[in-house]
Amino acid sequence: MSVLLIAELSGGALALDATAKALTGAKQLGDVTVLVAGEGTDDAAAEAATLDGVSKVLHADAAIYGHGLAEPLAALVVSLAGDYSHIVAPATAAGKNLAPRVAALLDVMVISDVTGVVDGDTFERPIYAGNAIQTVKSADATKVVTLRTANFDAAPTGGSAPVETIAAADDPALSSFVEDKVQESDRPELTSAKIVVSGGRGVGSEENFALIESLADTLGAAVGASRAAVDSGYAPNDWQVGQTGKVVAPELYIAVGISGAIQHLAGMKDSKVIVAINKDEEAPIFQIADYGLVADLFDAVPALKEAL
Amino acid sequence: MKVIVPVKRVIDYNVKVRVKADGTGVDLANVKMSMNPFDEIAVEEAIRLKEAGVVEEIVAVSIGVKQAQETLRTALAMGADRAILIVATDDVHQDLEPLAVAKLLKAVVDEEAPQMVICGKQAIDNDMNATGQMLSALLGWSQATFASEVKVEGDSAQVTREVDGGLQTISVKLPAVVSVDLRLNEPRYASLPNIMKAKKKPLEEKTPADYGVDVSPRLTVVSTAEPATRSAGVKVADVAELVAKLKDEAGVL
Ligand SMILES: Cc1cc2nc3c(=O)[nH]c(=O)nc-3n(C[C@H](O)[C@H](O)[C@H](O)COP(=O)(O)OP(=O)(O)OC[C@H]3O[C@@H](n4cnc5c(N)ncnc54)[C@H](O)[C@@H]3O)c2cc1C
Ligand SMILES: Nc1ncnc2c1ncn2[C@@H]1O[C@H](COP(=O)(O)O)[C@@H](O)[C@H]1O
Repeated sequence: MSVLLIAELSGGALALDATAKALTGAKQLGDVTVLVAGEGTDDAAAEAATLDGVSKVLHADAAIYGHGLAEPLAALVVSLAGDYSHIVAPATAAGKNLAPRVAALLDVMVISDVTGVVDGDTFERPIYAGNAIQTVKSADATKVVTLRTANFDAAPTGGSAPVETIAAADDPALSSFVEDKVQESDRPELTSAKIVVSGGRGVGSEENFALIESLADTLGAAVGASRAAVDSGYAPNDWQVGQTGKVVAPELYIAVGISGAIQHLAGMKDSKVIVAINKDEEAPIFQIADYGLVADLFDAVPALKEAL
Repeated sequence: MKVIVPVKRVIDYNVKVRVKADGTGVDLANVKMSMNPFDEIAVEEAIRLKEAGVVEEIVAVSIGVKQAQETLRTALAMGADRAILIVATDDVHQDLEPLAVAKLLKAVVDEEAPQMVICGKQAIDNDMNATGQMLSALLGWSQATFASEVKVEGDSAQVTREVDGGLQTISVKLPAVVSVDLRLNEPRYASLPNIMKAKKKPLEEKTPADYGVDVSPRLTVVSTAEPATRSAGVKVADVAELVAKLKDEAGVL
């Protein structure tokens, strides 16, 4: 069986962590070809070729692929699809934008957010905010799958696959890029960080959120947030952890002023060690925390920072 | 212009979901059902576009069991003008796959000729996040997923999307499919007079056969299981104990 893995790109660079994690899942399905489609992506293609277990890199470099627009990318993937039994992407915003479009064009059902590969046709995926795990078997000719990166270890580098340049496919010319508002940060990425410090509504304001950020910086951690904190404008949207935000599974997750709604837990309950700091001893987050501290966060967080 | 808003009847987001003992699915008998939260946001956006004079007519569409007419009545009470219910099953436990839903919605679009379909980004039951993208593909339309801002300008729409690194703004040619994210707006509650009025708004009932669409599933559910549970750990007395535990016991610092 042969697999086409769509590499994750970020501004023309390879998003190594997401791609390497999805590769681990893809390798369970067969021989993997990686597609790098973007603009100014020579380095990205070369880097993808160093991932262990990649047979070949297909490299399509063209302006129409520069901003991850779904319609031209889907047209490209569909033009390649005949050679593959599986088309796989990481379950990122980009992957989720693209994969269902590809699947519909191939008249197959997409299998989203897969957490486990049982065999070439059979996959595990969480439903109902992770309250149940469904195992589904696909009868479709081509399987189009997005893999939840938190559930797969990153494949190592050390390979040297050939890179083949391919031509761009036709551009449906349905949409165009206007602008990106991307927060530059020196912090580790939320989905690959070893430690995540997340703040919730209890933090109270955007100014106070600096407390969460400074604890994160002391720990070399990424910063996350609950939906309530994002909706209230304390934190940007791409920090949201949960059912409809990012899914993380770090070594250590510290939830501060977060009650522990099921939708939040869906995004962090696979973390190795969970710490909760909340002034309400009845808060549901304590039911899944390894270490719970019932305290006012405005005392506890500075003290914790001090003690580290 | 005309807008179609697909609304799904799902288990209310506050209900604790239980997996059935025989592993065949989750228990949906006698639990509270509501409109998918993202779809409330989609309906609200359509109404705001109507209030702004951009949209003339809003058609809400739901596919599923007959009881989904309650979901459509909610959409009508919020401000949709009429509704179409496609009764695809009489079993509340049978969830139609996004591909089948997208095919039915395409058939509705072919009849209704809207300029925009505004749907939710994700149904909170199957968590697929697929229908809008699939519909857009089947129609050969542009797509703007995970929208946090929508501005219609002539024959295109400028949409800001919630993506992994922050926000991305794109311009899509109309007709387009837009899927909405949580920060797009705050949906209104239907007022009592509007709930009464909604009872008189047109609600048409159809079946997949009326559209000649095959809705047989492509995926077989092999099993549905409880997730691995996590038990509560210990409460620590103070920060010093917490740090000690993280260093010595958990070894993560
Ligand atoms: C469709 C849908 C999707 C959703 N998706 C997500 C998602 O992806 N991610 C997500 O997080 N949520 C999501 N939610 C929202 C979720 O249901 C909760 O509303 C949200 O997680 C609550 O955030 P919170 O815990 O920060 O706020 P709250 O529930 O208000 O909790 C605040 C906590 O802070 C504590 N606190 C207050 N002050 C202090 C203090 N000084 N010191 C210590 N503790 C204090 C309180 O005791 C309380 O426990 C979704 C909801 C819906 C309907
Ligand atoms: N059975 C359905 N009836 C109406 N709309 C639906 C249905 N299923 C999905 N949708 C729409 O598609 C969106 C995404 O659903 P999904 O792809 O299942 O996660 C939902 O928010 C709805 O707007």
